[in-house]
Amino acid sequence: MNFRDFLKDNIIYLDGGLGTLLQSRGLKPGELPERWSISHPEVLQDIHKAYFDAGSNVVCSNTFGANCLKFDKNELEQIVSAAINNVKIARDKSSNTAPKFVALDLGPSGKLLKPLGDLDFEDAVSVFAETVKLGAKYGADLVIIETMNDSYETKAALLAVKENCDLPVLVSNVYGADGKLMTGASPEAMVAMLEGMGVDALGANCSLGPKQLRPVAERLLACASVPVLLKPNAGLPKSVDGKTVFDVTPDEFAEELASLVKSGLRIAGGCCGTTPEYISLLTSKTAGARAIPVTKKNITAVSSYSHAVVFDKEPILIGERINPTGKKRFKQALINNDIDYILSEGINQQEKGVHILDVNVGLPDIDEVSMLKTAVCELQAVIDLPLQIDTANIPAMESAMRRYNGKAMINSVNGKAESMAAVFPLVKKYGGVVVALTLDEGGIPQTAEGRFAIAQKILKTAECYGIDKKDIIFDTLAMTISADSGAASTTLTALNQIKNELGCHTSLGVSNISFGLPSRDGINSTFFALALENGLSAAIMNPYSADMMKVYYSFKALHGMDENCAQYIAAAGSFATVSATNAAPAVKSTEEYRSELQRAIIKGLCEKAGDLTCQLLKSTPPLEIVQNEVIPALNTVGEGFEKKTVYLPQLLMSAEAAKAAFECVKAAMSATSSGTDKGIFVIATVHGDIHDIGKNIVKLLLENYGFNVIDLGKDVPAETVAEAVILRNAPMAGLSALMTTTVPAMEETIKLLREKAPWCKIVVGGAVLTEEYASKIGADKYARDAMETVRYAEKISSDR
Amino acid sequence: MTILRKGYPSPAIREKEILRYSGCRVPDESTIALMRSCIDEAQKVLTYEVCYCILPVEIRVDICDFGCFSLTSQGLAKNLSSSTQVVLFAATVGTGLDRLIAKYGRISPSRALMIQALGAERIEALCDEFCKDISTELNTCLAPRFSPGYGDLPLETQRDIFAVLDPSRQIGLTLNDSLLMSPSKSVTAFAGMANECNNTNKCSLCDKTNCNFRRVL
Repeated sequence: MNFRDFLKDNIIYLDGGLGTLLQSRGLKPGELPERWSISHPEVLQDIHKAYFDAGSNVVCSNTFGANCLKFDKNELEQIVSAAINNVKIARDKSSNTAPKFVALDLGPSGKLLKPLGDLDFEDAVSVFAETVKLGAKYGADLVIIETMNDSYETKAALLAVKENCDLPVLVSNVYGADGKLMTGASPEAMVAMLEGMGVDALGANCSLGPKQLRPVAERLLACASVPVLLKPNAGLPKSVDGKTVFDVTPDEFAEELASLVKSGLRIAGGCCGTTPEYISLLTSKTAGARAIPVTKKNITAVSSYSHAVVFDKEPILIGERINPTGKKRFKQALINNDIDYILSEGINQQEKGVHILDVNVGLPDIDEVSMLKTAVCELQAVIDLPLQIDTANIPAMESAMRRYNGKAMINSVNGKAESMAAVFPLVKKYGGVVVALTLDEGGIPQTAEGRFAIAQKILKTAECYGIDKKDIIFDTLAMTISADSGAASTTLTALNQIKNELGCHTSLGVSNISFGLPSRDGINSTFFALALENGLSAAIMNPYSADMMKVYYSFKALHGMDENCAQYIAAAGSFATVSATNAAPAVKSTEEYRSELQRAIIKGLCEKAGDLTCQLLKSTPPLEIVQNEVIPALNTVGEGFEKKTVYLPQLLMSAEAAKAAFECVKAAMSATSSGTDKGIFVIATVHGDIHDIGKNIVKLLLENYGFNVIDLGKDVPAETVAEAVILRNAPMAGLSALMTTTVPAMEETIKLLREKAPWCKIVVGGAVLTEEYASKIGADKYARDAMETVRYAEKISSDR
Repeated sequence: MTILRKGYPSPAIREKEILRYSGCRVPDESTIALMRSCIDEAQKVLTYEVCYCILPVEIRVDICDFGCFSLTSQGLAKNLSSSTQVVLFAATVGTGLDRLIAKYGRISPSRALMIQALGAERIEALCDEFCKDISTELNTCLAPRFSPGYGDLPLETQRDIFAVLDPSRQIGLTLNDSLLMSPSKSVTAFAGMANECNNTNKCSLCDKTNCNFRRVL
């Protein structure tokens, strides 16, 4: 019988623990258990057979850690082939007459993926792909990805399975007592991502006993539309007289799982500490139990590495600010590869309360494929909001979807055959909720009926690709009322019809409605209110607009979605601050600080430094502010730091306040060059090292002092540093390393720079370095701290 | 040999230690405000997990033999000289802090620095809590904990420790090719079980007398 058919209407029993049984048969601490498939095949066959005899339908091969990071190619093939063969032999010998299957077991790689660790996502996919290909070659019936404690690595493994075989695939994650994966994902987030990618079943294993895992199982059952599996530990391990014992008895274990089977659990087995006895009791206690049919949950959800955002009654806000259209400063940031600027746009919108971030980095002169991928990776590393990948460039869309850690929102597809043929296969492969624009080859229909008809066509086509209607969100296109006074009404009618007749969710780019009109906020926010009342599920909007936020909170309060109006009241405070800052009271500056702006910088008051600079700009030329206010304040702090009267945190707070002032100055200047440019400074943390706090501190101060810093990030190969220095003809480069083990990488980088860019002065720093060490590895300068780097860079700059 | 796991609630925060790690000896009001706001933000993402096992140890001159592996280190041999068993453990405060450090490293280095300092204080506090707990549980004294990178104990020792404890499976702690741990705020260490408790200042055992972080008694 085929596994997928068997899964349809049966309760499936998996096997139990293996590692603990191998230890009792003599596996030594630190010894790799996978090698036992070759050296002790009879032990493995014995254990596998005992599980089949106990009633397991599926037994996992001894390949938990079988990957090319731990074994070379030949040994890996031998291990996988022997491991699968051992299960097959056990299957053939077992007296159990129920259907029996051989599963290729895939455990975690043992490495954490970038950016938290050092394993690249694509490398992780390749690592799993090697094992998957071997598993398929040697005849596994299905793949079980298990004990995964990171959503990103889970995605890499699942992608490897999907791309390299047609076998059914089950995914099981490790949830802690807090109900989350170690890297933060909730059960709902995992369901969204895994179902989006077409998993056959999903669930949880390891870490806890069956009682403690029950809440996780219940949450999975509540939102999953595929069968749910559970493989708990036999409770917690204890050491008794040198032996490992677990605190949940076979009887308690089986009892607990049997009760979950009654609630809908469809696949059950055991993890650490469980034995054939546990499985045997489990099968007997559930004998004759009915397999509860799996129901479709019809939940529209997107997810991040931490949580799912569900489209339901409450409106969803999608922040529109990560988009260069009409934003000079943003365009400049993209051209300069200034990722920090993009990140701060994301973080600021999150603070305003948006639920999803739209990410659009399309500009004619940049490589959108690489930029969109970078932006998505950088944003998801530091912000836990789901992202909306916004591009018309299909390769860019695919590379961003592939790297996305979760189930993304995609913006957009439309009714054109070409668009659907390009976008739907990506949604099917990587998962996603896609925004569908109601336009097609004939343009945007003038009537609501026309837009409705396109929506129907899109749904029908999506179905052919196996994409459920819950994963399509319709945008009925807000068009400016300045060109057509009936535009708003057409959009709203179509929206209402799609919501009520097709039962689909909707989204709008709200601010288009007022294009060409003055004082747009009023029109936008009123239109937003009307659309919400017509059933709008989500809006792509500007969260910095107090008018829009007022509508959002008011709508929720009026519709009983805000208990005691608590959210409205909390937000009302921020509406008020907006007007308060506009009328910033002029505080008399004290003698001590020469001016109020200098005081703000010295005291490290970011917001104030920004506000004061903006005010000053009305009466003072930008460069004068830099020369007469910002630089003197920075010098005061810098000298204090050198004299040890000011400490590092204070120095940094001042530097950040100065940066806020510079941001205002930059925005005020039309020319891209600030005129204070002291030259290019390339900076990087060397290959193999992931510590970048020191590097970031140096960068911030150098920027403050007018250097154009090209930040290559951390763990940067020597070649990349050399390329950047050559490309920009940079006169200076700074290298940072924290670990003794990474100093050789620094030496190698210096060597390469000397060879390829002999003009470049190299300054090094980091915890392990000393003056002596720095000169030994050939650096021009050892800088003890950030200020020393600034002083050195200034010297180089003035010597030029 | 059994690998065991323990989770802890948040140990008491020692603000002085955080300031010391941040490089600030005389904090002003804004530094204290910065620290406290970092503590508030970080508290939500911190976890406190330890996995450990108890190993026999035999010292022969500068060789420490733990049965399943052995090490050559004068420093560790001296540290374990009065022990016949050691607690080998790995502890972490989780990935959440690394995300915050990465986030603020890009937009606010002062916060990144402070959260980094907080992480250093938190992982030390967790190790202290664990050692206190385990010494009570086993009714034994523990020698000051000794980690790879201390004295002459090479960082490569991490590979042996990771092979024995399998901390990636136990507590999600991984080792990269440069022998750095992720999450970064993590510690692996040996703590010898001893008959006599030695409560002297840990820094007095260290040879590096010019260290900025050296505690003065």
